[in-house]
Parts: sequence; structure tokens; C-alpha cells
Amino acid sequence: MPQILLIYLISSLAIFILPKWVDERKPILLGLINLGAFIFFFLGIPFISGQIQYTRFISWIPEIGLNLEFVLDGLSSIFALLITGIGSLVFFYSYRYMKGYSRTKPFYFYLFLFGGAMLGLVLSGNLIQLFIFWELTSFLSFLLINFFHEKPEARRAAFQSLFITVFGGLSLLSGIILIGSDVNSYSINVWIANADIIKASNHYVPGLILILIGVFTKSAQFPFHFWLPGAMQAPTPVSSYLHSATMVKAGVFLLARLSPALGGTFEWTHIIPLAGVITMLIGSYFAITQTGLKPILAYTTINALGVLVLLIGIDTKLSIKAAMLFLIIHAFYKATLFMVAGMIDKKVGTMDINKLGGLLKYLPITFIITLLAVLSMAGLPPMLGFLGKELIYEAKIQSPGIANLVLFLGVASNVLMIAVSLFFVYKIFLGKPQPFEKKPNEKGPGFWLGPLVLVVLSLFFGLFPSILGSTLVESAVSTIREEDIIVKLKLWHGFNDVFFLSLFTVILGFALFFLLIKRDRLLARWRALNRSIFKFKLTELFDNTMEGFVNFTTRKSRAIQHGYHRYYILTIILFTSVLIWYQVFVTGGFKLNASFSLDPFYISGLIAVIISAGTFSIFAKTRITSIIALGVIGYGISLIYLYYGAIDLSITQIIVETIIIAMFALVLQKLPRFAKLSSSITKFRDIIVALIFGSVMTLIALRAIDIDFLDPISKYYIDNSMIKAFGKNVVNVILVDFRALDTMGEVIVLSIAAFGVSLLLQSKTGKT
Amino acid sequence: MNSVILQIAARYVRWMLLIFALVALIRGHNYPGGGFIGGLLAGLALIYDGFAFDHKRISKKRKINPVGYIGVGLLLIFISLLFGILSGDVLMKGIWISLNLPLLGQLKLGTPFIFDIGVFFVVIGITILFFLSLKRR
Repeated sequence: MPQILLIYLISSLAIFILPKWVDERKPILLGLINLGAFIFFFLGIPFISGQIQYTRFISWIPEIGLNLEFVLDGLSSIFALLITGIGSLVFFYSYRYMKGYSRTKPFYFYLFLFGGAMLGLVLSGNLIQLFIFWELTSFLSFLLINFFHEKPEARRAAFQSLFITVFGGLSLLSGIILIGSDVNSYSINVWIANADIIKASNHYVPGLILILIGVFTKSAQFPFHFWLPGAMQAPTPVSSYLHSATMVKAGVFLLARLSPALGGTFEWTHIIPLAGVITMLIGSYFAITQTGLKPILAYTTINALGVLVLLIGIDTKLSIKAAMLFLIIHAFYKATLFMVAGMIDKKVGTMDINKLGGLLKYLPITFIITLLAVLSMAGLPPMLGFLGKELIYEAKIQSPGIANLVLFLGVASNVLMIAVSLFFVYKIFLGKPQPFEKKPNEKGPGFWLGPLVLVVLSLFFGLFPSILGSTLVESAVSTIREEDIIVKLKLWHGFNDVFFLSLFTVILGFALFFLLIKRDRLLARWRALNRSIFKFKLTELFDNTMEGFVNFTTRKSRAIQHGYHRYYILTIILFTSVLIWYQVFVTGGFKLNASFSLDPFYISGLIAVIISAGTFSIFAKTRITSIIALGVIGYGISLIYLYYGAIDLSITQIIVETIIIAMFALVLQKLPRFAKLSSSITKFRDIIVALIFGSVMTLIALRAIDIDFLDPISKYYIDNSMIKAFGKNVVNVILVDFRALDTMGEVIVLSIAAFGVSLLLQSKTGKT
Repeated sequence: MNSVILQIAARYVRWMLLIFALVALIRGHNYPGGGFIGGLLAGLALIYDGFAFDHKRISKKRKINPVGYIGVGLLLIFISLLFGILSGDVLMKGIWISLNLPLLGQLKLGTPFIFDIGVFFVVIGITILFFLSLKRR
């Protein structure tokens, strides 16, 4: 399995170095690689029946118990098949769709790498590893939404999606770490084995909420759902792949993965279904009033994600079964419908539902494909979607907790979904023919190959559901529920409660649909009503919040980064002094054991010279005398070094002092007149600050004498300098051998500082 | 500045300083000196030159590019670090070889010496960079 991810990484990089004749056909090549991966996972199905897990470990950071873990079981198998299968179809479709666009190399790079990242996500057996792939998919989604980055809406949508999903990702990471700290592991299998410890811990509720924020942002659950319709700014293959079939399902995947470890509690069965049910209703309600094909599909995707989250939250055997089946169903029909929408956009030139109509005459094959996909979406026989809807109703009826609410809202949402589905196909293919700029035709099999395959599969599994049920779904459900479960799926369930509920839904749905097409103005009024009720838009709230935040940080930065060098230095010095005083105070106060003596007299004399030179430099009348006085201080200090035997230090000090004076001499002529500009108040302030800092430094020096190291580190260097490093000069040996890493760091810092100074001095606009 | 005394002095002083810098560099491992001191001395020699004549003499006639010096120095430091790894040991492990030269007697050469030369070049580069950027103002 890790090898497959490696293939994805290498092939995605290889996109940039393809020869020209391959380059033109690269989507086909990439589609074939996806197909190969699909076949690999397909052949693996028999080996992972029931609860069997196939795992691979790669040692990563064993010191902190972190290993790369790859897990292939029923759950990850379903996702891996969807990712690779739909991936290959999307690439074949893009070959046709992306013709005529520039910048296709980065586009395919992102899209293909996304497939790899998504595979990595679903195969992860370790949550830290999963998080890395999770963030990678968020980031690639951002880049893909931003493909038309010359459009401001695309940039805005990309930013929103990135911000929300990455915010969720960070929240997820915090949750993982919080809960992981209870069991000292980030391995999902360890979590599952220690589920009781986790659920009993104090960290369970906050950790769960943090993880759920991550899940809800990624899977566009209320109140984070608003980024998904915006994401439709991306090219259609992206919407079809990322924003319906795969990436947005990552949250659902994580919920299913973690449900054995975290599920079954009061919080789990109440928070998750509530979010799911609200999202479901919002999705189907807003889908009806949209006018663009892609926004309609985006809202129906939100609806489907809500259903999936709801089902996993209900957390019964039946609901998990329904969730796994619906996952497949939704991926099939939604990818199809997005591809159809993109095709219509290319062939007719518009995706506005009011400008479409009567396309049946021109696009009969597409009509059939769309009709079948839409039947699946509406949950009507004989498609797989019908089976899914029945199962979902069954799960809802039997759901513990908030069953009544869930069932009622579920019916309402399904009625809306049926109406939307029928309306979608009616408006495009039937309805009044509109004047088109170009006559569309069925040319280009690349366009309808992908949708056709998906629809045929959907129909096939609808008629023979047991093929799907007894293999993939059964093994996924067994994995999630941790018991061997036999799944038997039938298209026809007989006349039971669920059937009548279904019938009722369908009748209402059709009624709503006919109402909508008979009374054109009804929908227009509905839209107007929506606009007046929902004036408050989450996207705008988000934008305003971000803008406010940026303003706030700007003001804050201006207050702190005021640009006055003297105040920066003042701040640093005072802060350091206060810290040191505090530390001295905490660790034993001001007991000083240093004794004072004037012996030897030439050192005392030297110190007297240094002090008088310092005093002189303060009161000097011209700049040059002041600088010379400073030089006296420097040379005096170097003499002190010399006396105490630090010859290297002394030499360095002398040369540095010389160079500094030379540099001063250089700029002396160019400086303004030596004037005293400070008022007496600022002078007084500066004196106080200088005294404080000087006393602090003195204090440190005096205290340093007292500190009694058990074993001075210098002894080791002196002893080993000759033996180990063949050098008699210990200072030099320390610099270039024992502590060479430090020296290297210092030299690098020095170089960077030199470049900084050089640039600073070269800038023409510099003031003062 | 156009002082004849300074210019004539510079012709001799700069060579003295440069030789002195090299001596400081080479003897550094056993006696006071080393790459840092040597580098400062050599930098001083060039600054002296720049004072006496014109700073353009440094950059134009002598074709000295301070950034290049810094680059060479950092590269030498980097190379000296790699020896340890290449010989299958840890990073920065000092590797020494002993040479018996006819006149100088036994000479020990090691990667710390390369490191020191790297420091030498970086310090020269930094000193001249400071000087030139001040002078150009």
C-alpha cells in the first residue's frame, strides 16, 4: 500500500517533465494509473471480508511511539475504490473538458496529487499521519478552487474554503492530541482497544467536540456548510471529484473510523445527528431555489453529507449499513451529474437553469444518463438510490434518541430532494426550448463515457444489490461495528412501514414538482422570500469577521511596531532588566559574597581610566572626542583580558575596537552637526534607564562569581584539547572543533546580519 | 581623503597586515590566533587600503566581492562538516592527517583547519561588506 502512494507522488511530479506527445494525453495516462490502483484494490476485496484488516507498519519516529500505519479493511477499501475508480473516470473526462485551457500542468499535478493524498488519508491507521493527509487535501482543494484565480469570486471562495477547512484541521489535531494523551498513542487500533478508557476520561467531551469541528468543516456540515457552494468556482472535474465524491467525505470517513473508539455515547448520538439533520434540511431546501446547475448540485451534496453524518451519528447496525450503501450511491450519481453539468456548460455555454431547456432533441444519450442518475438521487426504483433511501428510512425509524424529529425532517428533506431531482432533469432536457448560440451535439465520447459507466453500475447494483451488499458493505459494516454482520440487500422489501413512507414521500415530491413547473412565478416568489428571510448570509459574516480581524491586527501592529528605534531599545532593556531583577529576587535576593580590593594596583588604575573615559565620553563637546573616549574604554578592557590570560579575546577586542573606530571615522563627515536635541526630561529618563540596566549587568557579574558549578565544563576542554583535537590553543579548539556547531551558527547569523546592514545602508529612502 | 603619506604607508602596511593575518590563521590551533582574528586582520588590511586610496579600488581594481567571500567561507565550513559523515562517523567529527614535509617537519592537517579557513573568509567578507556599504552612503 505505501508503494501505491509513492507511485502517486512520483507520477504527479513526473507530470512536469513529460515529453510533448505524452503531455497532450497526460490525463489519459493519469486516468490509467488510477485505474491500475482501482484494479489493485478491487482484487483485494476477497482478502478483507468480515473484520479482517490488512496492516503495514513503517517505523517513523519510534522514540515517541509514532509509526506510519497503513490499514486496508472494508471501510478503507470502499473509499479507496471510490477514489481510484471515480478518479480514473474524472481524468478521462478532464481530457475532453480541460482542452483549451492553459496551466493544465499544475492543474493535473494538484488533481492527481489530491488522489494520492486522499488515498493516504483513508489508508492511515495513525491519526497524526491521517491529519497530515487531511491538511494536504484541504490545501490542494484550495489550489484547485483557485484555478481561475483571475476571478475575484474564485479567490474569495478558495480563501474561505482554505480558512474553514484548515481551521477545522487544527481543531481536529488538538482533539486527536487531547484524546491521544489518555491512551498514549495515536494509533486508531489502540484507541479502539482502549475505547472504555477514552470514554471515561475527562478529555472525552472536549476532545470529541474538537474532532467533530474538524469533521464538520471538512464535510460541510452546518454551520460550516457555506464554503461548499463557493467551491463550485473550481473547474467541473474538480467539483465532481473533490467536492462531491471524495474530499468532502473525508469527515464521514473519520467519523466511521472513530465510531468504535468514540461512538455510542450520549454526546455522539445527539450532537452528530443534530448537525446532520440540520445540514440535510438546509441542503435540500436551498437546492430548490438555486438557478445554476452547479449550485443546485452543491446544495444536494450538502444534503447528502448531512444524511451520511446523521446515519453515522445514529450509530446502530442498520444506520451504519445504510450509511455505507448511501456513500457509494451518492458518489455514483453525484459525480455523474457534475460531469453532465460540465458537459452542458461546454456544449451550450451556460449553466443557468433558466436559459436551458429542450435539450432532449440534441442530447438524447445525455438525457438518458441524467435521468437515471437523477432517479438514483431521488431514490426511485430501479436504481441503487431507491434501495439506499429505503434503508435510510428503516434506520431512521429504528433510531434511538431523537427518532421522531429525525424521521419528520427526513421525510421533508426527501420530498424536496425528489422535487429538485425532477426539476433538474425537466429544466434541462424538457421544458421550453431556448435559443442557443451554438447547436449542441453528442460529439466527444470522452464526455459521456464516465457518466455512462457510473450510471450503468448504479443500475446494475440496483437490480443485483446482493453483489455489493455481501462483499464491500458487509465488510465495512463489520469493521465499524466490530462484529461479523451479514448484509443482505434486496430491491423489493414488500409492503411494510418503510414502503408506505416511501410512497408518501414520492407522492408529495411529485406534487411539489408539478406545482413548480405549472406555476413559474411560484419559484420566483420563493426565491424572493428566501432572499428577504435569509438576509443574514454566513459567507458575508465570514468575510466581515476576517476583515475585522485584519483591521484589528493592523492597528495592534501599528501600536507595537511604531518605528521609533529608541523606544524599541528602551522596551527591550527595561523588559530584560525587570525579568532579571525578578529572577534574582526569586532565587535568593541580593546576598553578595564578592569582596572588594584594589590589588593589583595596575588593574585598579586601568579601571579608573576606563571609568573616567566613560564619564568623559558622556560630557564630550564634539563627536570625535566622544568616540576616542569610547576607544579608550575598549582598549582598556582588552588590557584587562590580557592580564587575566585571555590572549585570544584580548587580540580580538583590540582589532574589533580598531575597526569600529575606523568605521566611525568613515561616517563622521556625513553625520549631522553634533547637537544636543534631548530635553532635560528625556535625559533624566535615559539616565534612569541606563542606571537600571547598568546595575542589572553588574549584579549578574557579581552573582556569577558565587555560582558554584560542581564540575566546571572548562576542565574537560583543557584536558582533552591536545588529546582529542590535537590543538594547544583551547579557545580555538573549542571554537572550531568541540563547539563547531555553535560557531557555524554564529557565523551564519553574522553573515545574515551583514547582509541586513548592507541593505539597510543602501536603501535610498531611509530616514534619520 | 587623499593623503600621500597614507597612500605610501598603505603599500607596505597592507602586506604586513595580510601576512600577519595568515600567520594568525595558521598558528591559531596551537597559539593565540585563529580564523576569527586572522579574518579581522585581513579585513583591516583591505579597509586600510580603502581609506588610503578609494573604496572603488577594493571593488573595481582588486575585484573583491564581499558577498563572494562570505559564500566561499560558508561553503568551506559546510565542506569541513561533511568529512565526518563521509568517513562514516557523526557530523563534524574532526578528521586529521599527518604530513611529513621536508622543511617544516611534521604537519598535522585536519578538518577543523578547513573550518577555521571558512571562518576566516566569512569574517573578511563581513568586514568589507560593512566597510563598503558605509563608504557608499
